[in-house]
Amino acid sequence: MSAAYILANPSINNVRIATRESNVIRVTLIALALTFFTLFLLLPLIAVFSEALRKGWEVYLAAISEAEALAAMKLTLIAAFIAVPLNLVFGVSAAWAISKFEFRGKHFLITLIDLPFSVSPVVAGLIYVLVFGAHGWFGSWLSDHDIKIIFAIPGIVLATIFVTFPFIARELIPLMQAQGKEEEEAAVVLGARGWQVFWHVTLPNIKWGLLYGVILCNARAMGEFGAVSVVSGHIRGLTNTLPLHVEILYNEYQFAAAFSVASLLALLALITLIIKAWVEHQAKANRLTEGTFAINRIGITNNEPYVGQRSKA
Amino acid sequence: MNTTMNPAINPATFGTYSTKRVLPGFSLTLGYSVLYLSLIVLIPLAAIFLKTSQLTMSEFWDAVSSPRVVASYQLTFGASLFAALFNAVFGVLLAWVLVRYQFPGRTVIDALIDLPFALPTAVAGIALTALYAPNGWLGSQLGQWGIKVAFTPLGVLVALIFIGLPFVVRTVQPVLSDLDSELEEAAASLGAQRWQIFRHVILPIIAPALITGFALAFARALGEYGSVIFIAGNIPMVSEITPLMIITKLEQYDYAGATAIASVMLIISFALLLLINSLQAWSASTTSKGQK
Repeated sequence: MSAAYILANPSINNVRIATRESNVIRVTLIALALTFFTLFLLLPLIAVFSEALRKGWEVYLAAISEAEALAAMKLTLIAAFIAVPLNLVFGVSAAWAISKFEFRGKHFLITLIDLPFSVSPVVAGLIYVLVFGAHGWFGSWLSDHDIKIIFAIPGIVLATIFVTFPFIARELIPLMQAQGKEEEEAAVVLGARGWQVFWHVTLPNIKWGLLYGVILCNARAMGEFGAVSVVSGHIRGLTNTLPLHVEILYNEYQFAAAFSVASLLALLALITLIIKAWVEHQAKANRLTEGTFAINRIGITNNEPYVGQRSKA
Repeated sequence: MNTTMNPAINPATFGTYSTKRVLPGFSLTLGYSVLYLSLIVLIPLAAIFLKTSQLTMSEFWDAVSSPRVVASYQLTFGASLFAALFNAVFGVLLAWVLVRYQFPGRTVIDALIDLPFALPTAVAGIALTALYAPNGWLGSQLGQWGIKVAFTPLGVLVALIFIGLPFVVRTVQPVLSDLDSELEEAAASLGAQRWQIFRHVILPIIAPALITGFALAFARALGEYGSVIFIAGNIPMVSEITPLMIITKLEQYDYAGATAIASVMLIISFALLLLINSLQAWSASTTSKGQK
């Protein structure tokens, strides 16, 4: 932006030199950043795939199609399919209450919603052991009624819900706060009812932020390790999710198999990043056309896309 | 630049005269949110403190101050702090390069910065171990210099750098790209050198975002488990992290001990959460000032 301006104004040519780095510094900085990026991000990613294929495609395909791997895949999908919709309903509901109404303790509520992010995954698993485990609050009642939560699927689902709890709410709250409530109020004045307002006015405005939150929530739900590890009990074929299956294979020195299963999770991560980049692009494009209207009108002009700013809450 | 707010349409003043709620669903959405929050998060978390309160003072103290646990605090705090500092420096560098310079592959790199958020921690853990193990690509190179990374505290540091990497980049990046070029031009026209401009003009503006990103990376590193346990080697007194101590106690059916350590970790993370929230408020207020 500034470069184009300066190039168009040759009279301030000396400023152009003074507000830019020399080529040597520029190249050095880029090289440093690329080295850091390669060492800490790119190489680990490449390592997953190269280790997975070290013993060839046959071993790879065998590892990911083995019965225990398939059972782990199924359990991972079940956990995500329950956790993501529940947190989606919560996220929309919390964002609606927080962004459209004024009430006491609002900031405290936002802080509480953030809580699961700052709790160690291991502690997140432990709390459910303390509540539902054999020695926990409901332990004897549950065993009397023959209900298993810890070392069973419900515990895994609960732990997954906990660690992914804030994702969608956190994306939606700042977005809906920035959009205000004028459009919804106009719709109500014109006679729309609650659900109509949400479907026809709110949802089109928040769809990209919503999708963004759902993708991140899903990636974390499928990849969670620490919390699930505490409540799962590691029963092969029964309570193993994909990340736990990776750990078991790795600890049994079946490295090629461990990395093969891990490569599925790495692919999931890459797909997540691609969709995320696409959503950010869409949100930006959207804002440049119709979206800018709503946002500029209430006096917020800031140049980044509204998704992806996790620090604005 | 053009953000002069018209007071009549300022959202802050807009809400004040609409005392009657026009929109529906307040009690339903707030009630549901609070109920769900209580059931999933608050009540289970309270279990930690209730269980801890059933311990006697000496039981609690023994659990949280045994030499092995204290060694794990030192490693967890030390490695988290160094990893966050490392990420602060390289995070600003990456954000700067991504915002200011054009080079091939820039958009791909920008998208891949979030990899540690998306990649399951166990996958990151075994990948880093494979790289830094004595026979790995990087481990064998470093081994020639006598540097051992995997299965030492240095390995813990590497894993924590990986998982904390996106925080500083993602907090600093938007502030840098919003930075008014006029400020730099003014400084340059007054004779400031490039480094002086960075040090005295740019750094103070990005400082709140930088500190917030640092605190987020530090908080994340303190609780991290999955990526660390594979590369750490988990040698008692040397390379055991605090979350692993909780798991170890649980595996010995020492629920009281596990809960006591967990309560210490929880109090520290609550304190950090409050700190981060006030940092973010500070960051938001200074950036909006900086933009005008």
